[in-house]
Amino acid sequence: MALDRKIATIDLTTGRIDIEPIPIEWRKQFIGGRGLDAFLLYRNTPKGCDPLGPDNAAIVSAGLLVGTMASASARTHVMAKSPLTGLTGSANMGGFFGPEMRWAGFDHLVIKGKAEKPVYLYIHNGRIEIRDASNLWGLGVYETQARIRKELGDEETQVLCIGPAGENLVRFACVMTGRKNAAGRTGMGAVLGSKNLKAIACRGTMDLAIKHPVEALEYNKEIIQQVISTKVSQIMQRWGTGFIFGVTNTTGLVRTRNFQYNQLPNSEDIEAENLDKYSIGVDGCFGCQVHCRHRYIIQEGPYAGTYAQGPEYTSQGAFGTEVGCRSMNTILTANHLVNDYGMDTLETGSMIAWAMECYEKGLLKDADTDGLPLEWGKDDVVLEMVRRIAFRENIGDVLAEGPRGAANKIGPESWKYLIHVKGMSNLHSDERATPSLALNIAVSSRGADHLRGRPAIDLYNLPMKVLDKVYRNPDGYDGPLTNNYSEYEGKARMVMWQELNYMAVDCLGVCKYHTVFLSPNHPTFGEFSKLIQLNTGLEMSPKEIWDIANRCYTIERLFNLREGMTRADDWLPDRYFDEPTKLGLPVARGKCIDREKFKAMIDEYYRLHEWDENGVPTPELLERLGIADLTADKA
Amino acid sequence: MSKKIYVVDPERCTGCRLCEIICSVKHVGVSNPAKSAIHIIKWDEEGFYLPMHCQHCEDAPCMAICPKKAISRDETLDRVVIDYDLCIGCKLCVSACPFGAMGYDPDRKKVFKCDLCDGDPQCVRFCDMKAVDYVEVSRHSLQRMRESSERYAEVMRKHGGG
Repeated sequence: MALDRKIATIDLTTGRIDIEPIPIEWRKQFIGGRGLDAFLLYRNTPKGCDPLGPDNAAIVSAGLLVGTMASASARTHVMAKSPLTGLTGSANMGGFFGPEMRWAGFDHLVIKGKAEKPVYLYIHNGRIEIRDASNLWGLGVYETQARIRKELGDEETQVLCIGPAGENLVRFACVMTGRKNAAGRTGMGAVLGSKNLKAIACRGTMDLAIKHPVEALEYNKEIIQQVISTKVSQIMQRWGTGFIFGVTNTTGLVRTRNFQYNQLPNSEDIEAENLDKYSIGVDGCFGCQVHCRHRYIIQEGPYAGTYAQGPEYTSQGAFGTEVGCRSMNTILTANHLVNDYGMDTLETGSMIAWAMECYEKGLLKDADTDGLPLEWGKDDVVLEMVRRIAFRENIGDVLAEGPRGAANKIGPESWKYLIHVKGMSNLHSDERATPSLALNIAVSSRGADHLRGRPAIDLYNLPMKVLDKVYRNPDGYDGPLTNNYSEYEGKARMVMWQELNYMAVDCLGVCKYHTVFLSPNHPTFGEFSKLIQLNTGLEMSPKEIWDIANRCYTIERLFNLREGMTRADDWLPDRYFDEPTKLGLPVARGKCIDREKFKAMIDEYYRLHEWDENGVPTPELLERLGIADLTADKA
Repeated sequence: MSKKIYVVDPERCTGCRLCEIICSVKHVGVSNPAKSAIHIIKWDEEGFYLPMHCQHCEDAPCMAICPKKAISRDETLDRVVIDYDLCIGCKLCVSACPFGAMGYDPDRKKVFKCDLCDGDPQCVRFCDMKAVDYVEVSRHSLQRMRESSERYAEVMRKHGGG
């Protein structure tokens, strides 16, 4: 059944593979997926290890409900110490790899050491083989998967892999499966590259037993209806996340020309509606009826005729507003390139936008760029920069080091133009008018990022009774909440709640579009409890799941503290406080974050998490969560 | 009542494969595409997906090859069914099916195929896109005719036909 999947520890240096059951105690403490990965990462990496050295552990997992009668239970999670931030590295992706890994018998792979030459893992019905990948090294993501399927003679094989960016140790290289599914953030692809691990192929035909099949099937139907009956899902079914762009750009919540503006005027071409010209149909991850991405064909330019998938909202920023480009064809082309090279779309676009601002300010000269003019809105320059970063050519080699590494090379003046937290760039959202969203990126355990704790529904100005229902459960919170997104009060709770909610879905391996992210009416702790019970037989109350998520999130915090982060890292770039927004609707124009109020927000956020004023979890909290000995062992 | 047939529309299929595990959970209580009577065959290089399953042939090769007459047609639901009391598990039908629609479950030691869930196919019930559907045959054909004549109608409208 869903509880009988194994954990494998694979040492690529020695070739030794150990396969063990997952103790039921771990399920009760960490559930699985990202939560259990966080615990495994803490235990399996020595303090201060080099993220690109053999001591780092790359952990690949499928959450507890992956492949079951839980809608959109498709997610694969990848974790390691991040070569981008030096802290928690964590990213998850959809597609079909996670379910296949479970049908092949495994939930978690802990990969250590470094292979002597390029290899890939082949996992098949309980067995794991280390195979030669010399002939795959250098190939793009699409071709790698096709070649492995051919070599194994099985088209149903699911493959996760790295592209040239991962091989070249680009610090924001990602792990990919399928055409577009990316474990995108924090440079997990570079960690695999550093281990000479090109890919993991899975094929399984082992039963994943469902504890109460009849009831689980019916409940799945209910959950699907709950999700697809919301307006936001219906729009997602048609347009994907790109639909968000119209309203955020109009309002003035979109960072433009790096961070100079908060809106890109005359950008109709990059509205989601224009995808129709390129789309040949929508595409769903495993078991998902939201099918939020397009299968598309690039129409113009050197890549015309190429079939790719996506794009996400984030790519409209990365290769649109941030770099001042206004072409859907460019966005779709760049999206294809980053996917095939295996590189984080957000980080790539952000690095290019920052380099453009450095160029504008004279901090980068033509001599530094081999004559390439890094000017705003130059589509061909953007595409060329994507390639240079992946292959580390001249200026691309500098940017491939990520925000901190690149800024160290370009010089002290360049630091002030970086839009990053903890060494990871932010997506293209501009949070100066939205304190709750600003808090989310400042405190997230993996650096600037929306998918750790963004209370996106705060933007809807919902009735209080709706917010009360979401944010006061399941632990009976009775502190302040506010439904005006310009406010600072009550927002710390929203962020903290979202962090634990997202941790819970990441433990289960369910997509965030199937929980309270873009709609307040989507499943959350109550539904999770029933899904777990029907599919696995484990009894966990909503409050117990909340406590588990809290335990797992606290471990990520402990890992970050162990690796040297301090309260000062939970903070935003100065531009958020010093440069008011220039464009947009009145609600977003002339706004910036208030330093004092923001500091108070972080204090409140720490209090809610039961962390002290320095952001360190209190001994009482660790005792209550049963993880006091975790730090004691490894101190 | 007009009889229903099972039809697929690959243009609607998103490739999510929910139908595969719905089928295996419904029939054997496990999530396992290898135990599913429906499969989404994918051309991942092109983004083309096609649901494949038993066609419930009139002159079914599985039926013809079966030495024990364990496979027969059930005319009330217009389907091909297996009588497990007669089946000896020889698996000749697995080889005979030109569509690969006869499966074999090595754990339960049984051949299996689509049984249309006795008239309420669960894959159809769960497919929000209606890439698979179970519809009255005359309606289906007319619907397709209407869709395919849309272009003709468009031309006539534009050029002032009639």
